[in-house]
Amino acid sequence: MFAVENGLQGDPRLKVISDAIRVIPHFPKTGIMFQDITTLLLDPVAFKHVIDIFVDRYKHMHISLVAGVEARGFIFGPPIALAIGAKFVPLRKPGKLPGRVISEEYELEYGSDRLEISVEAVKYDERALIIDDLVATGGTLSASINLLERAGAEVVECACVVGVPKFKEGQCKLKGKPLYVLVEPSQFDELAL
Amino acid sequence: MQTIIISSPLVSHRLSLALPVPRSPLINYHHGAPPSIRLSSHRFTNSLRLFSSAAAAAASRDSEMATEDVQDPRIAKIAASIRVIPDFPKPGIMFQDITTLLLDTEAFKDTIALFVDRYKGKDISVVAGVEARGFIFGPPIALAIGAKFVPMRKPKKLPGKVISEEYSLEYGTDKIEMHVGAVEPGERAIIIDDLIATGGTLAAAIRLLERVGVKIVECACVIELPELKGKEKLGETPLFVLVSSA
Repeated sequence: MFAVENGLQGDPRLKVISDAIRVIPHFPKTGIMFQDITTLLLDPVAFKHVIDIFVDRYKHMHISLVAGVEARGFIFGPPIALAIGAKFVPLRKPGKLPGRVISEEYELEYGSDRLEISVEAVKYDERALIIDDLVATGGTLSASINLLERAGAEVVECACVVGVPKFKEGQCKLKGKPLYVLVEPSQFDELAL
Repeated sequence: MQTIIISSPLVSHRLSLALPVPRSPLINYHHGAPPSIRLSSHRFTNSLRLFSSAAAAAASRDSEMATEDVQDPRIAKIAASIRVIPDFPKPGIMFQDITTLLLDTEAFKDTIALFVDRYKGKDISVVAGVEARGFIFGPPIALAIGAKFVPMRKPKKLPGKVISEEYSLEYGTDKIEMHVGAVEPGERAIIIDDLIATGGTLAAAIRLLERVGVKIVECACVIELPELKGKEKLGETPLFVLVSSA
């Protein structure tokens, strides 16, 4: 579900967030309109809005674990985790996490990859939130859900700053888990570049 | 140097007083130069040394260690939450694993608080974080002090126009990149990473920011591996760390 459908209609913060995201056409390959959240991170007000909206949503959901997908999930996950008193668990590319890990392969919008989680990071039945900057095909998040569940957690929701419109009402579940998205992809403004 | 030996149920410690630490002119200090805890995981080695500084200046440019008083319990808790994994990613390396710190909500909160207390109100408008573990610590600090967060990334990750800086690895070289226009000349920045080892990455990050006219107030890391002398690569830029690991 999108924030605007779920209590935040008319919330001016959503436009501030959307306007702060830059579109880079044809990255990493032709035809992809890349949603660049680094410009949002340069705007402390917009960045704080993102965190505030997520924290307001999750602080009373008894979530004890926030998992963030490498690498942009590492930017949004920890501030949320700190604010709601949850631990932060990085979901990483292969070979990065030391100690005992489990891994899951997945297809990307552009390629395929593998994600890993440290087995000791998760307690059985913990309530978990998964964060990434953007959801497109849902492949990365689906792999993340698999990893958290295999490690014993209960995934409460997946959350992203940007999501393609197919995840609006009616299509808003990934592997049976709700998906919460703040904004749709920004449009490319030729004049802005 | 004075040596004090204490023992605890889990690990035996040796406390010693070291030479004093020179101070950055850009940071307000509390009374006394701060002591620090040098800790290796109790699972693998059993030595802990507590350093504290005397008043007079010294020739050696040791890193600034956190805590303004010997009894600060936050540092010990943070140090204890870091797991050491031997022979990762390759034999002979004692890997400092901060993921266990991130599982300890109090330790993670304290880590951020220690950095925020140090950097708030110092007119710092840029927190630059080195991929990928710098992305975990940088943003909470940036949000708390009202600064922007600038990711410094491996090649080809940033989608827009970038500037890059090469640095040496043990074998070969690597590059660190930043978006053009992310920072402006005259801005004051701190650079964050989880750990400083040889200092190569941080030195490259410093050069990158300086090339565009940014003043780096300090480099800040959770952990330092002092034997690797990373601080020497940072030139005039001060280094602040919470935990020094032998």
